[in-house]
Amino acid sequence: MTTPVTPAGFVLGLADDALVSAQRMGWWISRAPELEEDLALANIGLDQLGQARALLTYAGELEGTGRTEDDLAYLRDDRDFRNVWLVERPQTDFGVTIARLLVFATWQSELYAALASSADLTLAGVAGKAVKEVAYHVDHARLWTLRLGDGTEESHRRMQDALDAEWPYVEELFVADPDAPIDPATLRDAVLGRVGEVVAAATLTVPEVAPSVGGGRRGLHTEHLGHLLAGMQHLHRSHPGVTW
Amino acid sequence: MRDSAGGGSAWKIAADLPDPELPVVTIADLGILRDVTEDDQGRVHVTITPTYSGCPAMQTITDDLVATLTAAGYQSVDVEYVLSPAWTTDWMTEEARAKLAAYGVAPPGPASGPVPLALSVRCPQCGSSDTRESSRFGSTACKSLWVCRSCREPFDHFKAI
Repeated sequence: MTTPVTPAGFVLGLADDALVSAQRMGWWISRAPELEEDLALANIGLDQLGQARALLTYAGELEGTGRTEDDLAYLRDDRDFRNVWLVERPQTDFGVTIARLLVFATWQSELYAALASSADLTLAGVAGKAVKEVAYHVDHARLWTLRLGDGTEESHRRMQDALDAEWPYVEELFVADPDAPIDPATLRDAVLGRVGEVVAAATLTVPEVAPSVGGGRRGLHTEHLGHLLAGMQHLHRSHPGVTW
Repeated sequence: MRDSAGGGSAWKIAADLPDPELPVVTIADLGILRDVTEDDQGRVHVTITPTYSGCPAMQTITDDLVATLTAAGYQSVDVEYVLSPAWTTDWMTEEARAKLAAYGVAPPGPASGPVPLALSVRCPQCGSSDTRESSRFGSTACKSLWVCRSCREPFDHFKAI
């Protein structure tokens, strides 16, 4: 009996989702609406970064080229990244960050929970740890969605606008990958069910919009990823091997 | 292989190492230190587990372990990170909880459910249970920020996970 080998591309996709999302979260540091939120979004980004590091290391081992987490994070161009479009676009409003986190963290929560009992023990270890952290992220997004959606006229409008803006990018999270230990397509009902409950409780409406073209899992990205990577990779590329 | 967890002198040295962010407790108190083995040649293998995936203290803990054990005369020290089984605040010793409370950090309750609800977190300054959570995310990944309604002081709470 042979144990099925997890495709490196699948792990790289999860790693890049977490890494790019962490970088976007970091943007809020010093810009969040209040000090507590500054800490919260930074901490959420830090959890995601930790998950990304473990996943990148594992992706490097699976592809067998000897690339380290730093090689993969800092020395790839945008066409080699495998993250979904949901996480790479700029956050134009605090509501957008919350809407995106609600969807992304709920998706991660379902995926990690399933992977935690996968036959791939490395992935199960990372996921078993991450699933507990992500529970806090989901809850943070849920509380803000309720507060903003069921808040003032202005906060309700902006939270609904944010959902409308993010919704075309939701479907890409569920692109089928039959070779993966957990096919993301199988998570669709659970994720959308959980998100839908929060949206309804917040007196908001689940948008009915056509999905975007997507293509992040195949290395096709929006113009925004290149800008994000320029900021994230600049130091490492300008000073190879630099340490603190 | 001469010693393992709980027995050898290398374990004792590693177990005494203070946590870099909460120096009143040791890495053994917190359950971060999982295993220490040493052989006859003075080589030590230490296994630690992070509290959170992104905990930035792990590198400092690793450096501290290598420096302390090397200074104690061990020839080589290598530190391995393990993620599984995932760390939980339930591994924290009773002694650690008491030390945290005395330091001004409310210790965690039992880690049950996806996001454990701390129904009443006792203020470590005045002992009142009339407290409220002001932010679920605090000064480090493992803590949330609370305020006491009785003495009006803010305080950290070690989140159950």
